[in-house]
Amino acid sequence: MTAVSLPAAETRPVAENKRKSSTRHNTIWGVVAWVAGIVFVFPVIWMVLTSFKQENAAATNPPTWFFAPTLAQYGQVFDRNITPFLLNSLMASVFSTLLVVLLATPAAYALSLRPVAKWSDSLFFFISTKMMPVVAAFLPVYLLVKHLGMLDNIWTMVLLYTSMNLPLAVWMMRSFLLEVPREVLEAGEVDGAGLIMSIRKIILPIVSPGLAATALICFIFSWNEFFLALNLTATNASTAPIFLVGFISSEGAFLARLCAAATLLSLPVLIAGWVAQNKLVRGLSMGAVK
Amino acid sequence: MTTTVARQDRRTQPPVLPVKGGAKDRWIRRAPLLPALIFAIVVTQVPFLYTLYLSTLSWNALRPGDKPFVGLDNYVTVLSDTRLRSALVNTVVLTAGAVVFSMILGLMLALLLDRKFLGRGIVRTMLITPFLVMPIAAALLWKHAIFNPTYGLINGFFGGSTDWVSSYPKGAVIATMVWQWTPFMMLILLAGLQSQSNDVIEAARVDGANAWQIFRRMTLPHLRQYLELGALLGSIYLVNTFDAIFTITQGGPGTATTNLPYEIYLTMFRKFEYGEASAAGVVVVILTIIVATFALRVISGLFKLEENR
Repeated sequence: MTAVSLPAAETRPVAENKRKSSTRHNTIWGVVAWVAGIVFVFPVIWMVLTSFKQENAAATNPPTWFFAPTLAQYGQVFDRNITPFLLNSLMASVFSTLLVVLLATPAAYALSLRPVAKWSDSLFFFISTKMMPVVAAFLPVYLLVKHLGMLDNIWTMVLLYTSMNLPLAVWMMRSFLLEVPREVLEAGEVDGAGLIMSIRKIILPIVSPGLAATALICFIFSWNEFFLALNLTATNASTAPIFLVGFISSEGAFLARLCAAATLLSLPVLIAGWVAQNKLVRGLSMGAVK
Repeated sequence: MTTTVARQDRRTQPPVLPVKGGAKDRWIRRAPLLPALIFAIVVTQVPFLYTLYLSTLSWNALRPGDKPFVGLDNYVTVLSDTRLRSALVNTVVLTAGAVVFSMILGLMLALLLDRKFLGRGIVRTMLITPFLVMPIAAALLWKHAIFNPTYGLINGFFGGSTDWVSSYPKGAVIATMVWQWTPFMMLILLAGLQSQSNDVIEAARVDGANAWQIFRRMTLPHLRQYLELGALLGSIYLVNTFDAIFTITQGGPGTATTNLPYEIYLTMFRKFEYGEASAAGVVVVILTIIVATFALRVISGLFKLEENR
């Protein structure tokens, strides 16, 4: 964190008074911030609370605050066979993330440390593919996938998620690679370090946190993806978001069950995001903000 | 957290040196780039060319037999179709609404978090949580647990029996998107605030500037690039909104919340008009190119600064 340096000690009484009033201010604004935080997180807390209720306590007006917690809804979710959906999501996310990192890291290298002639054109080409709405080019993808008999196949999802996350990963990895000090790299070259050597000894140690952040962001986007999964998968390759939609029924109460499933499926990303929150902004801004 | 903008990093600028060496050296440099580049071209550009071709056919998947070439007929249909026009307007309203509101809220929250107070880390974690919830789960949660007229939280807390989704369909969708995207804006703007030099602000304070003057004259201009970046990235992500529409309103009532992605989805998978859907897709891409040209200018501006420093 950029040091929020405390102002140098001043001896003038005026400044001292100001400091005191600013402490009081900070307390007031701190309370406001806490309230705002609770308001924002409240729907999530409500989701988790509801997931531990019985169905008849979940959909009440006024809302039920006190209830005997039960794990019945989580049991229901597993009874409905969530496991294959989870495995599909896991497979699509993990393999596409691996593929993205394998493709994006060398590309980012060729756009940063040892740039090709028109590196900025390539960089903008990548981001422009991100700007195109997915639906606009979706029909031919659908037709081709259908023609090849690859509908409802998890490897189709792996490939599509790879292309979805590639621009983001290239931009992110480039921003991390630019942090490798050129002097060190050049010194290494003078000392006769080959490419493999400089990658192992100089580049990798510096960019590995960045690599992890990139992988994490790509994982999150693949895990959460809904549109492609909805239209390209059916019984075999359906991912977790599709499972969630299947929960809505017009008859009978479903809110508690739905909340249990939603909590369960959001949990991996919630934990990953909380742990890596310092890297989140950089990833989402494609490396523009550090 | 390191909170500097990339461009302020002087030592890491890419060399602007011309690439030396012969053809062989150039290809060695290109080699690591090629797999990713080829992959991106094959998966994103080739389908688009095929879309162009499909858009000239009269092709309904429910109608067996030939798919005659009809030239630009589909474009005439699409451009004179009031549904598509209203979808375009809805896309602009929903995207702009979500971006503007999440930006304003995000700015206020970032200003709060920029202060020191007890438990700042916890509050920050709470504030980013909505962004981490699976979007489809968030949409379902808002529709059923919050907006529901009989047992939703809003009516549960404040009474009344308003059916929020059918009374205020656009508002309901925007509220959900704002809830999810405010943390994103907040994080970007917070990074901006923390990269502001403290000394200068302290100096201004000593010179007698009040808080509003400091915010208006110093903080806001400093934040401009971050506001631009947030708006740009937010728009890129939000223009594609499908999950929330699909779940909360199904584009309705009527076509009140049908945005372009949802409209094309309907044309494709409900009406099976492949030719028309393709033409609509091409129109969307052309519009995106127009918008993106401006957007790229913004990024490019950020980028140039980065090089020149």
